[in-house]
Amino acid sequence: MRFGGMDRPENDEGGGVWAVSKVSITVISGSREKLQFAAMMASVAAVSAYEVTVFLSMNALPHFLVSAPRSAPAEGEIGRLIEEKNVPEFVGLFEQAAELGDAKIHPCSMAVDILAIGKDDLLPFLAEPMGLTKFLTAAEGGQCWSF
Amino acid sequence: MGEPKIIDARGTYCPGPLMELIANIKQADIGDELEVLSTDEGSAKDIPEWIRKVGHELVGTRQVENVWHVVIRKAK
Repeated sequence: MRFGGMDRPENDEGGGVWAVSKVSITVISGSREKLQFAAMMASVAAVSAYEVTVFLSMNALPHFLVSAPRSAPAEGEIGRLIEEKNVPEFVGLFEQAAELGDAKIHPCSMAVDILAIGKDDLLPFLAEPMGLTKFLTAAEGGQCWSF
Repeated sequence: MGEPKIIDARGTYCPGPLMELIANIKQADIGDELEVLSTDEGSAKDIPEWIRKVGHELVGTRQVENVWHVVIRKAK
């Protein structure tokens, strides 16, 4: 059985470290620091047996357009240093979260409508647009983080 | 048992070394050993924690000058 990117042991009934844990992440900021930390959280959780759902909205979503530059404006010193040093780029980390850890990364359907964009305008590792009601259902009973 | 596969993640920052390990461990066979080289001390501590959580085997860690060597055996 696939389990947050890992193979769940046979005969495991969900106890111990293999209990299903959910991490849900809303990303609304377009700042480099917040996008970076959200990506770190999503990627590490996804490869650590958590079921990860990411919801991209507001100023975060334009950074996931195919046409967007692979950088985001920094808020402060750490954000500037991230670009200078060999820190994994946030888009690449989100992609690894999806590909290595089976994270579901959804654009907010409202933001998609406002931007008047279609599936082909978004990076290919994104899942289908999602509404808030469905996100809240997905997040129920798990950890929820917002950036 | 052959020599561990070296994953040279020196110079990259968290969570780069961990993600490079995971990309490689998916391609490895059960029983294979992988050795991550990292200059990021946080990753040297995080990788053993990840191994414990997901059920692989930590063979050992050592620091040689400014490089951490973390050796993992794929267990499943």
